[in-house]
Amino acid sequence: MTDLTRLAASELSALLAAREVSSVDVTRAHLDRIAAVDGDVHAYLHVSASALATAATVDAARGDGAPLGPLAGVPVAIKDVLCTHDMPSTAGSRILEGWVPPYDATPVARMRAAGLVPLGKTNMDEFAMGSSTEHSAYGPTRNPWDLDRIPGGSGGGSAAAVAAFEAPLALGSDTGGSIRQPGAVTGTVGVKPTYGGVSRYGAIALASSLDQVGPVTRTVLDAALLHDVIGGHDPRDSTSLTDVWPSFADAAREGARADSLRGVRVGVVRELDSPGFQAGVTQRFHEALELLTSAGAEIVEVSAPHFEYAVAAYYVILPAEASSNLAKFDSVRFGLRVTPPGGGTVEQVMAATREAGFGAEVKRRVILGTYALSAGYYDAYYGSAQQVRTLIQRDFASAFAQADVLVSPAAPTTAFRIGEKVDDPLAMYLNDVTTIPANLAGVPGMALPMGLAPEDGLPTGFQLMAPAREDARLYRIGATLERLLGERHGAILDGAPALG
Amino acid sequence: MSEIMPETVQHLAELARIALSDEEIATLTGQLGAIVDSVAKVSEVATPDVPATSHPIPLANVTRPDVPGTTLTTEEALSGAPESDGSRFIVSAILGEEQ
Repeated sequence: MTDLTRLAASELSALLAAREVSSVDVTRAHLDRIAAVDGDVHAYLHVSASALATAATVDAARGDGAPLGPLAGVPVAIKDVLCTHDMPSTAGSRILEGWVPPYDATPVARMRAAGLVPLGKTNMDEFAMGSSTEHSAYGPTRNPWDLDRIPGGSGGGSAAAVAAFEAPLALGSDTGGSIRQPGAVTGTVGVKPTYGGVSRYGAIALASSLDQVGPVTRTVLDAALLHDVIGGHDPRDSTSLTDVWPSFADAAREGARADSLRGVRVGVVRELDSPGFQAGVTQRFHEALELLTSAGAEIVEVSAPHFEYAVAAYYVILPAEASSNLAKFDSVRFGLRVTPPGGGTVEQVMAATREAGFGAEVKRRVILGTYALSAGYYDAYYGSAQQVRTLIQRDFASAFAQADVLVSPAAPTTAFRIGEKVDDPLAMYLNDVTTIPANLAGVPGMALPMGLAPEDGLPTGFQLMAPAREDARLYRIGATLERLLGERHGAILDGAPALG
Repeated sequence: MSEIMPETVQHLAELARIALSDEEIATLTGQLGAIVDSVAKVSEVATPDVPATSHPIPLANVTRPDVPGTTLTTEEALSGAPESDGSRFIVSAILGEEQ
């Protein structure tokens, strides 16, 4: 019998619709896989006790002839940053250990309404601060390609779950690359939608002007199918766009069928094609550009001179917003409370709680953000960073006047070893150098696998970026490129080591 | 070089309500100094003629109809509280002894 965990969500969808398999079969196969390999990978923080019951409900609805969406009955993993009313939601932090929210995040509620089956909650850097998942309070997730290496971050759990066939689909959140960079280093697909394209209601906020929820999958079509479910206007999120979005799945199918990219202008961002990147990453990136050229696309070099300031601006804006967002963890309404020996005032309890409940990276960024926002420094840091943001938006506007999509490697290196950078915050911050500009400008970005680096045999990722609101373009061109890369490299996850 | 001193970190920690240990303050002083030096480059290109951007896609006047919607029940709102009396959050003393 087919191993149901090896199938894409789109394939499972067809089998479920034809009633060749049940959601219970598919869900059980994934729970068995989790039981077999997650002791090594540690992608999950919590596995749902009600997944099989949910699957049975979907099967019964199908049996009754109820109208069901394309992903009904397909299991999904959920990054622990998203609130779930029936599972703990910790954001990878001790301060929220065991906390079960009283409501669902909108993307979760939409998935449930569409009949998807939540498998559990995935590991992440604490409050999504990191690019290796080593900053989780619950221990690191390991890269299925090499258990001694990081799976990227902050959404390392979602990417590893999908790469290790512990889920066909997962949800992530991307503030500076937390969906795309884990995609790059695990050989999976990740999409950061246009800012405001997917509701953040119930997503535990890191930096509200940057955060965006999006899909983590093994194929471009699967990402599009999941994006179709979770996207669209939500009155509960005041930054949610009111646009009516096209079907991203239709765009992906159209792209997969396209036999030519004639007329498509692909902009290579000079500043994101750095000689400092790992040689194998650069090699695979340039090979992918050749594939695009051979399919008829026109490659143009574009310059974005202010991208070199993006990481600096990001590490002012993000800590500033995070220091404000994390003020809610005050030991009063939810989560941990630590009372100092002999008792204390509410302020002393708060300070003791935050000292005990926050990890080192969270403290570092909250203190940094407090500094950047303090009187006397506000203009030099936060004010300047917001001006840099304008310059980066102008760079994007000028580049998109010359190209339909912009491209770069999705991460500068393959997966590094656990422990290699954890004590060097500045080195760690550079992992997101290619992904941060899209967050600062609010434009959509996609990472998809572009083969293994010759020198270490580990996955590399290709990044596509489109203008704001043009997410469909990513799916269309991404699906064409995925097909071209697949013809060259095969399905790269087939080459990953066996686990368990 | 930046002006991050241990006293700066201590003061910031008080503002941020984190009771850092002396060891953490020592580590953070060096790390924050390096990070602040590195991010200070944002001021190089931030000339006065460049406007600030706070949100990538700004929306103005986002409102909803002024009608009651569903809200959490008291029980739900208190469900995650470290301490409550069933209808209210219980907190430690708000005023210090000297007040």
